[in-house]
Amino acid sequence: MTTNNVHDWLNEHGDYLYRFALARLRDPHQAEDVVQETFMAVIKSNNFAEQSSPRTWLTGILKHKIIDLMRKSSREMAASDLMSDQDANMDEFFDDKGAWADKPKVWDAPESALEQKQFFKVLQSCIDKIPAKLATLFVMRDVHETDNEEICKELNITTTNAWVMLYRARMGIRKCLEINWTGNHKQ
Amino acid sequence: MMNCKQASQLISQDVDNLLSTRERFALKFHLLICKYCSRFSQQLKALHVAITGMSKSIEDDTSIKLPSEAKQKIVKSLESEK
Repeated sequence: MTTNNVHDWLNEHGDYLYRFALARLRDPHQAEDVVQETFMAVIKSNNFAEQSSPRTWLTGILKHKIIDLMRKSSREMAASDLMSDQDANMDEFFDDKGAWADKPKVWDAPESALEQKQFFKVLQSCIDKIPAKLATLFVMRDVHETDNEEICKELNITTTNAWVMLYRARMGIRKCLEINWTGNHKQ
Repeated sequence: MMNCKQASQLISQDVDNLLSTRERFALKFHLLICKYCSRFSQQLKALHVAITGMSKSIEDDTSIKLPSEAKQKIVKSLESEK
């Protein structure tokens, strides 16, 4: 790649790539880092196929950088985080007979744009409260970009580990929302 | 009989299409008689819609830009690669 090309692309697509990464990683510094790595990969590469649009091509590289980052952080994950069996650490949610400790309530969908905005804020703070690796896995999975098989392959975890982690993430986030999103709960 | 703890695990797995026909059937039955697990199931669906919407709203928010210091840093790294 010529340096000129890459500089043009940085000006033209840098903001978009940053938003794309931020939407998935939700950490400004990590988002900046993967965008930087993307452009470093680009300048060393000669594989740009003229028939594809630069943005599509750059986004493809960025996606891989995001997955690389996830893989690295999953390696740092304590073995106990990954290996525990399906019933572990769920005691706070259920009583000893397996019934809900706090009965799930009916949620009303946020109606106005303002409510929506407030809801996103609360949701984000709830995602930030659960362990970072669970949060990333949850977001990667639920923006429907990565299917289960790919997650397991990329993160080198078993299907069981993946669903246990996703289950934990969902349980944690929904409980936090139930406590903090007070938008017209009905009992 | 399945309890709510077991049902909640199946509900989460169902989001990821991991249930066998038999498990799906057993879960359906539990959901028919348990309003709390039905709510939990609704909540996971709502959560999915919300998280997709939130990511989309970040991705589409053109007021969010790559910070200029970060951009400078990238330009510098690119220069040193030459």
